[in-house]
Amino acid sequence: MQLELIRWVYRLKTVWAVLLSLLVGAWLIRITGHDPIESYKALFVGAYGEYWGFSATLTKMSPLLLAGLAVALPYRVGLFNVGGEGQIYIGALFSTLFALWLPGLPMWLAIPGTIAVGMLGGALWALIPAILKAYRNLNEVIITLLMNYIAINLVSFAVGGPLRAEGAPYPYSDEVGDSYLLPIMMDGTDAHIGALFGVLAAFVIFVVLKYTSIGFGMNTVGANPHAALYAGLSVRRHIIMSMVIGGALAGLAGTFEVIGLKYRLYHLFSDGYGYDGVVIAFLANANSLAVIIASAFMAGLESGANVMQRAVGVPITVIDAIKGLVVIFVAASLAFSYQRSGLVKMINRRKRLNEALSASALGEDRV
Amino acid sequence: MFDAIADYGLITAFLASVIRLSMPLAYAAVGGIFSERAGVFNVGLEGFLIIGAFGAAYGTFHTGSPYMGLLMGLLCGCLLAIPMAIMTVSLGVNQIVAGIAVNLFALGFTAFLSRVAIGPTANTKLLPGFSKIAIPGLSKLPFVGPIFFNQDLLVYLMYVAVPILYYIMFRTAWGLNIRAVGHSPRSSDTAGLSVTRVRYVAIIGGNMFVALGGCYLVLSQVFVFSEDMTAGKGFIAIAAMILGRWSPLGALLAALLFGFFDALQLRLQFSNPDVPYEIFTTLPYVMSILALILFAGRNVAPQAIGRFYSREDY
Repeated sequence: MQLELIRWVYRLKTVWAVLLSLLVGAWLIRITGHDPIESYKALFVGAYGEYWGFSATLTKMSPLLLAGLAVALPYRVGLFNVGGEGQIYIGALFSTLFALWLPGLPMWLAIPGTIAVGMLGGALWALIPAILKAYRNLNEVIITLLMNYIAINLVSFAVGGPLRAEGAPYPYSDEVGDSYLLPIMMDGTDAHIGALFGVLAAFVIFVVLKYTSIGFGMNTVGANPHAALYAGLSVRRHIIMSMVIGGALAGLAGTFEVIGLKYRLYHLFSDGYGYDGVVIAFLANANSLAVIIASAFMAGLESGANVMQRAVGVPITVIDAIKGLVVIFVAASLAFSYQRSGLVKMINRRKRLNEALSASALGEDRV
Repeated sequence: MFDAIADYGLITAFLASVIRLSMPLAYAAVGGIFSERAGVFNVGLEGFLIIGAFGAAYGTFHTGSPYMGLLMGLLCGCLLAIPMAIMTVSLGVNQIVAGIAVNLFALGFTAFLSRVAIGPTANTKLLPGFSKIAIPGLSKLPFVGPIFFNQDLLVYLMYVAVPILYYIMFRTAWGLNIRAVGHSPRSSDTAGLSVTRVRYVAIIGGNMFVALGGCYLVLSQVFVFSEDMTAGKGFIAIAAMILGRWSPLGALLAALLFGFFDALQLRLQFSNPDVPYEIFTTLPYVMSILALILFAGRNVAPQAIGRFYSREDY
């Protein structure tokens, strides 16, 4: 009973870490000279409590959820895909190219087509670090990070030059055709069905990882690559597969930003979604279902921050600081495990002692 | 395309700019070596650069003295290195996770703090910084003088620091301790060396040095603090650290190489205004990746890098 309670306290460690960062965040809000309770109320009511705010949260959730999955899946194999940002850009670039190349496509072909092409873009961009990791053992963290900057510049180049719309005041492309526009979930808002897609993807990934041999292979490689190799699993193939799927998911996030929200390709359109994806995957401990919750939380922070700034006047950058705190606290919380906790050891020791005592009281101990 | 640098005077000006542009990378790479040699991955260089830049701007803004800024930058680097050390050395958090956490935290936190602590003018008001000091005699040397000896204080500090750090790392007991702990923590522990203490010192000391790179950005290059002003320099520095084979001298040389490409791309941008500048800005990143592919050897990394050491685990 006691132990069960402690086990739950440990299971919810991420929640404690998040609450702790919100607490420190409250202190930061105080520094800016505002009332933390009032500010948080504005933030969370604004993010989840009313129609418009909730639609904004769903709109933000689409790229965040997919970017979170893009990090979480390779993480299961033991890889850190910090390149979500770049893969988002390349996915968006590919889908825009497709949409502008074939503007007259009917809707039933246009949307699946762009989605496929956008995912292909992200996957190809992730394939490079995957191959370098698998065959040259180059650290994927560094390569993906460096490639982010290349991808961002590539998109800026594309929309600043060859793809630039006629007479555009700053770099963006032409609008994609009407048949490409992603359906909207909530009437009169920006909330496109991207978030729904993300939720679906999270469930598919969850089922695949849990119930199929592919998932078992990935988990095995992640847990112990030597054992996996010994069991006849190709570690290289799993590295490449997980990174490519992760890249495809990030590419999808970029695609939805184009055909769901902005309807064109802008330079610098992604506001660090790829990096937020890393935070989300941490929060979710790489569990794809938990990624849904974590991304809903992060999306709420982002959209609610706007409301908070308007209503209370707290600068929006406080959210960046809170996000940073969340990462630090969650990362630190990873170290605390139920098995290693002193309290659990103590209780177990006590239990054994009591058992021994009662055994000796019954006289079984005497010879 | 290369006409712009064909002239002698332009060549020295160009090479002097190579030195200046490579300084943040050099500070980050040389400082990062210390924690990596002690067996702790340092993916957090970007975070230490930005926190150093913030500290420098904060200190200088409030005191008007770049020296106080430098001190504040070092202090901020130290304050950020402590949680990094606690996470990686004491708690056993995955070291890459800890590094990424440090980056995201520092980028987010400085974005917020710069508005609050420096005020709304954070991005516009120019701060006092270090100006160039021509070293008497040496700066008059032909060719070499204007390139190496007409720089500012932090560049000279780098000239002095690299040989000293090289000596410490490879010729002193301290350096041996650091390398031993990163090579085989268990044998070091058996020999009576406190793995925890050595790693703490290496992480905190090394990353304070990294923070100087951020100070350089603010106090010698742009004279303002802006959000995300490091723009991936920390990640290029990681590449420099690997290419430099975890030696202070090697890291400096690798940083100079990347600084060369950075200076080259700036020069090419100016001399080719009709070519989109993005083609050139990607150059340092592309070169870092290519250099890693071509030259990163295997099995030269500190052997115990990335692994949490605990006496109780076998």
